[in-house]
Amino acid sequence: MSSALETTKLSKRYGRTWALQDCSVTLPAGRVASLVGPNGAGKTTLLHLSVGLLEPTAGDVRVFGLSPRAQPDETLPRLGFVAQDHPLYKGFTVDDLLTLGRKLNPRWDDALARARMQKLNIPLNRRAGKLSGGQQAQVALVLALAKRPDLLLLDEPLASLDPLARREFLRTLMDAVVETGLTVLLSSHIIGDLERVCDYLIILSASHVQLAGDIQEVQRTHKRLIGPRQDEEALASVHSVIEASHTERQTTLFVRANGPLFGPGWEVQEASLEDIVLAYLSQQVTERLQAPPAAQEQKGVEVVK
Amino acid sequence: MIEFHLDSHSGVAPYLQLVQQVKQALRLGLLEVDDQLPTVREVVAQLAINPNTVLKAYRELEREGLVASRPGQGTFVRRTLAGASLAHQATLRRSLTRWIQSAYEAGLDGESILALFLSTFQEAQKEETA
Repeated sequence: MSSALETTKLSKRYGRTWALQDCSVTLPAGRVASLVGPNGAGKTTLLHLSVGLLEPTAGDVRVFGLSPRAQPDETLPRLGFVAQDHPLYKGFTVDDLLTLGRKLNPRWDDALARARMQKLNIPLNRRAGKLSGGQQAQVALVLALAKRPDLLLLDEPLASLDPLARREFLRTLMDAVVETGLTVLLSSHIIGDLERVCDYLIILSASHVQLAGDIQEVQRTHKRLIGPRQDEEALASVHSVIEASHTERQTTLFVRANGPLFGPGWEVQEASLEDIVLAYLSQQVTERLQAPPAAQEQKGVEVVK
Repeated sequence: MIEFHLDSHSGVAPYLQLVQQVKQALRLGLLEVDDQLPTVREVVAQLAINPNTVLKAYRELEREGLVASRPGQGTFVRRTLAGASLAHQATLRRSLTRWIQSAYEAGLDGESILALFLSTFQEAQKEETA
């Protein structure tokens, strides 16, 4: 399958701080992917590098095989991007925004934009700043979709929305996916909503990619094991132990299985998407805590954005 | 036509929830042969879910021979799971309702009733297979 987005050892440094390091990740075309990670993990940096707003310090980023900075004329018409807090020109009416979109974008689909605004009951003569937060998010999404992009990047699109507005936003997005088969990459730290809309997961933390893959495959291979107190070493020689905790009598492991899981006394439990994401994110914290003082200090500097 | 719903906290994969809901509808006679399932687009619009999830659920039902897709038309029921038992279901449901009422009157709460039903059901199954 061809890739919509591919990064190779992509890195970005601001002064002495690495915002993104050695990020190699492939997003196959036609996927709806979520990019999750804590604040400051490098999610926004990765998105800005992907649309060419930033220049990489090292490494390479390709959108449908093209470089967004070296070949903007070929790349940018195929890209849609909604930045954090879905910024709009607040003094423009919705109609003005549609005119602007039509004049600036060669692939603009005016009929689609107007049909969607009508479906969402968004008045065209209203100034963007006078719309509700949910409506502003919808307008930003419709403008991005009217570009007819092949890859749509959304930076924290759900963060400021109430649950109902969130559902409406995702409904518009999924409807566009059915209609055009576009690839979506959306960053978020709200995991609950992602489970129903995303089929691909990228976990970014401390400026590194921790995990990337098909969500069902990810869920199939990650399990929680509960058993009598024991060392995890035997298991860790075959499987990847993401998280281990022990009490006097009990051991709980969170593992990525690299083959069939077996072993006497282990109770194997399914893990939810949220469990998996949290296990990877807290793993980072543990590693940082266990690092020797000098290395810890250095790593601390890298993490701060 | 049936309507799907999703429980985000059930721990059951979304596609499997859709499969189970179609089977349940087939068992209860809510869907019959030649009935149409909602189109992928309708399900997506209703639940705001990934279209691949719906496609996967429909493929699974197709693989089990329960539904078939007709190009350009949609997905239709081929086989029902209700069978001959459907005729008896109404009567059985009425006597079960009476039984539940008498359990409540005897002072059992919902969980105790379910536990009693399940353990009795499991015992009866054992005897059946013995």
